[in-house]
Amino acid sequence: MARSSSDRESRAPVFRGPPGPMRGRTIEKAKNPRGALVRLLRYLSPFRLRLGIVVALVVISTLLSLIGPLLMGTAIDSFIATRDAEGLLRIALLMVAVYVLGALASMCSGWVMVSTAQRALRSLRKELFEHIQTLPLGFFDKRPTGELMSRLTNDIDAINIALTQNVTQLIGSVLHSIGILVMMFRLNLLLALGSLAVFPVMAGLTALISKRTRAGFRNLQMNMGRLNANMEENVSGERVVIAFGQRKAALESFDEINYAVRDSATQAISYALLMPPLMGILSNVAIAVVAGLGGWLVLNGLATIGTIATFITYSRQFAQPLRMISDIYNNVQSALAGSERIFEVIDEKPEYQDIPDAKPLERIKGEIVFDHVDFEYVPDIPVLRDVSFHAKPGQMIALVGPTGAGKTTIVNVFSRFYDTKNGRITIDGRDISTINKDVLRKQLGVVLQDVMLFSGTVLDNIRYGRLDATDEECVEAAKLANADAFITRLPKGYMTELSERGSNLSQGQRQLLSIARAILAEPSILILDEATSSVDTRTEKTIQDALLRLMKGRTSFVIAHRLSTIRNADQILVINEGRIIERGTHKELLQQKGFYHNLYMSQFKGKNNDEEILPELESSDYITGDERPNQEKITP
Amino acid sequence: MSALIRVLGFLKPYKRDAVLAVVLLALVVGIDLLEPRLVQRIIDQGVAQGDMQMILGTSIFMIVAAVISALLAVVNTIFSVRVAQKFAADLRRALYNNIQSFSYGNLDNFQTGRLLVRLTSDVNQLQMVVMMTLRMLTRAPLMVIGSISFMLITNAQLATILLILLALTFVFTMVFVTVARPLFLGVQKRLENLNQVLQENLAGIRVVKAFVRRDYENERFDKANSDLMKQSIKVGGLISVLMPLMLLTINLSTVVIVYLGGLQVIAGSFTVGEIMAFNSYLLSTMFPLTFLAMMAGQVSAANASAERVVEILDSNPQVQDKPDAIVLPLIKGRVAFENVHFSYNKDGGEPVLQGINLVAEPGQTVALLGATGSGKSTLVYLIPRFYDVTKGRVSIDGIDVRDVIQDSLRSQIGMSLQESVLFSGTIRENIKYGRHDTDDEEVIAAAKAAQAHEFITSFPEGYNTMIGQRGANLSGGQKQRIAIARALLINPKILILDDSTSSVDVETEAKIQDALRGLMKDRTSFIIAQRISTVLNADKIVVLNSGRIVAEGTHSELMRTSPLYREIYDSQLGGGVGGKE
Repeated sequence: MARSSSDRESRAPVFRGPPGPMRGRTIEKAKNPRGALVRLLRYLSPFRLRLGIVVALVVISTLLSLIGPLLMGTAIDSFIATRDAEGLLRIALLMVAVYVLGALASMCSGWVMVSTAQRALRSLRKELFEHIQTLPLGFFDKRPTGELMSRLTNDIDAINIALTQNVTQLIGSVLHSIGILVMMFRLNLLLALGSLAVFPVMAGLTALISKRTRAGFRNLQMNMGRLNANMEENVSGERVVIAFGQRKAALESFDEINYAVRDSATQAISYALLMPPLMGILSNVAIAVVAGLGGWLVLNGLATIGTIATFITYSRQFAQPLRMISDIYNNVQSALAGSERIFEVIDEKPEYQDIPDAKPLERIKGEIVFDHVDFEYVPDIPVLRDVSFHAKPGQMIALVGPTGAGKTTIVNVFSRFYDTKNGRITIDGRDISTINKDVLRKQLGVVLQDVMLFSGTVLDNIRYGRLDATDEECVEAAKLANADAFITRLPKGYMTELSERGSNLSQGQRQLLSIARAILAEPSILILDEATSSVDTRTEKTIQDALLRLMKGRTSFVIAHRLSTIRNADQILVINEGRIIERGTHKELLQQKGFYHNLYMSQFKGKNNDEEILPELESSDYITGDERPNQEKITP
Repeated sequence: MSALIRVLGFLKPYKRDAVLAVVLLALVVGIDLLEPRLVQRIIDQGVAQGDMQMILGTSIFMIVAAVISALLAVVNTIFSVRVAQKFAADLRRALYNNIQSFSYGNLDNFQTGRLLVRLTSDVNQLQMVVMMTLRMLTRAPLMVIGSISFMLITNAQLATILLILLALTFVFTMVFVTVARPLFLGVQKRLENLNQVLQENLAGIRVVKAFVRRDYENERFDKANSDLMKQSIKVGGLISVLMPLMLLTINLSTVVIVYLGGLQVIAGSFTVGEIMAFNSYLLSTMFPLTFLAMMAGQVSAANASAERVVEILDSNPQVQDKPDAIVLPLIKGRVAFENVHFSYNKDGGEPVLQGINLVAEPGQTVALLGATGSGKSTLVYLIPRFYDVTKGRVSIDGIDVRDVIQDSLRSQIGMSLQESVLFSGTIRENIKYGRHDTDDEEVIAAAKAAQAHEFITSFPEGYNTMIGQRGANLSGGQKQRIAIARALLINPKILILDDSTSSVDVETEAKIQDALRGLMKDRTSFIIAQRISTVLNADKIVVLNSGRIVAEGTHSELMRTSPLYREIYDSQLGGGVGGKE
């Protein structure tokens, strides 16, 4: 009989998506499975009553499903054999009732379990996400986005499968197997022993094959990983492959890995698929034994034909739950490993520790003082050393220096993304460590180099700066940011949906949106990380105009890469290796002939006719933002 | 279905194995169908007549049959898996090979992500179907037909009643599959929504924090989260109702057999053994039947996959070597554009370049300036023939680039593209990407010129530092410098730098410029840059606007003659943002 080998697989495609083989099956184990289990159960504890109902229903439906075959045997022995048509009808109706009730119980248990598990999962996801929101930036520095994503998706999914499918299955399977054993032994000891004789063989085979299967899949998964990496790289880097004429080499490396995948997949999947036929044979042998031995027992008056019929049904059913248990065990293992990783994140300390007696921040003027500030990300590797400066309200402070000098860090400690090691920072005379982080950050407007847009409309993205802003205010902000012109040219204007993180906008357009967002937020202090990668000149000018408007009347910090920005700063802080090594205005610093002077000159170094250019630069100051010639006049 | 059939053509080399697998499967089905018959024989003849000999003989025969059937099934499995995996590997290779032969034009039409999905999920889906077909799909109908015939032969009346129940189950399953499919897709979609919220949040965590949008983000997530929960409960609920229902129909059929069969036994026209055989046949029909119903969805998904796969297989590279293409001889590096027109869409789309006439003499440095979309990159892409011109011609030393073998052309052109793509492997391997037969000295020289040597040697592993996928562990500027070193190493006669120092800080850029100046002496170089300081020294500066050359000359010439150039110059090196006099 092939039934037992076919039905499980036949269910797979629809209910679980494509069945397993190529998805790989490395079974991970939790470091402390019991601890993880206990904590996981805590998420289920609000649903204790419902879960109790589920267990009760599973028990009922399992018992009823055990009674079915028994009734069939009775029907054969007590009514068919005795030619009692009326009794046969009665027992048939009883069978119908038993099966219908069993089905009802199993429907109810499934439904209650699903809705309970989904609720529990939702609260787990919610807790995890909300917790992540409170974690300090340092946490995100350490972990790539992809890894965190996998926590919230794969790990939760593992728990999902274990909860929604496996818990009821597990209870059902165990009960079912035990029930069948009990029934068999009660019905006929000899027949029970005979039909179970093959199961030890089965268990041994299962263990042997699953060991091989696991090893095979581990190997396959490794090769699959290599293949995916290779394809990812060469397909997304195809343009470079072409440019360097390396197509043949790319194909060769692919071939090698592709064949390795083919061979390891053949091996691993073959092993995995050996199980069904082998299980089939064993239950078929059991049936043969039942028929043969049963026949002999009947002849000797030690059994009835009905018993044989019952036993045949039981033998078929017995193998299946056993096979499921090993699958379930693996699923539960990976669910526990997953929940352990999730709990790791939940156990991270949040950055928000509210200051109990924090006074609200009054409307601030924007006088900022750094007083001997030291900072390190990693102990003993100082990133900022003794940084002190004084920004008067409304001033523009340009931070200049080589990559890695500590410019961004200054801005980070000021936003309290990180806390200083020594020294203090004050706003209008008040130490920022006495201000709640949220309150402080609400005063800051940030325009970052890497513009972050969210899915949604253009309008939504501007409104991110101030959620209660009206549409008119958003449009107004966009106008001030010089973004209105391009937005109104978009197919649906402000209602245009942004595709994946704004990939349908150009770099410059995205920057304008982010400026509009900052304008809308009406911050008291502005932090600006100038983009290094350049946009075209026209857009650049538009952006600079918008920024100028944004900075007006606000104390602003600019991590500057453009000369034009730097030249107009009230104070330039030249940073190198975590220290402020020079400070002053552009002119003052040039006269010092120090680091800044070199930095400035390096842009034109090597130009054969330095003399020709430099004076021109000095004199070009006469063009101010407003007097600059109109674009249209110039376009040929 | 035509796409699926075409893709299944990849099975041809393995026809023998596939046929063998199916034949073995048919044998297995035959033996399996025999079994209920044998049980029936034991009960009706052996037990009823007290024939111990026959009971023993039949049950031993059953065991032997079971072993043989299992062995056949094992062999079938091995063949099926082998055929399916070979099929998948061949298909993947064909796809990959075709993608590798793509030109830039083809790549513009397909996104990388989409190509990868086809190489992985779609191939996998198809492989799945092949394996299922060889192992299950042929078994199911055989099993159904065999069982039904046995039932009809044994007891036509009872069989007819059961057939009706079977048909109902089949229809029922089909309905279920059709109802469930959109619901499943709904879960998938909501899951994607949730992931998107998550992805955006994590990638933009700085903005979230800076704008103090924690509550807003929590709300957004909560909404997506609840949506997912509701849909999952809907789907899960449907399954938990339908699965027991399906099982119930099977069980009820058993009751029908026992009752109606029992009545016939009482009437003397049927036997107990036959009741048991009927029950077995019923089960061996029911499960394959539901399986078949579910496979319908699988096959249509496979066909969709096949269509996507065929789309790639049918895309011909837009740039192809002529049959009589020659190997480009060693060039001096005179590049000429003669009245070049270009549009991405061959059938008269928007022109990207119009009437370009431009000559770069050997050793000259040509700088291209212009707004985004003015056609700078496209112009230089025509030199290594990433695209073919729509009109006019591009020639190197007088030879039309379309007359030479692509690889021989590109081996003499060094390029550093806008996005510096690196490959996994060591830094050394990456620099040597275009030319493997070089020694370390040359690698170091190239890295030095690209101002990469210093930071490379600052890594503990130096040139042996492993680069993570696509250079994840390097900064943008570092990647760009390695890419420049890679381009320099092939010692090209023509060097193209497409905005390749944009992420490098100004000071380092100046150093690169310095170093390049020496290296560019006997090379023809094309430089695209946004920073005007990068291009001041060029022998020729070309200003592009909307696909046309609007100005051409040296810096001092252009300062005098081109207002557009002067405007660009002033905006970057002149007054700039502050302008607060």
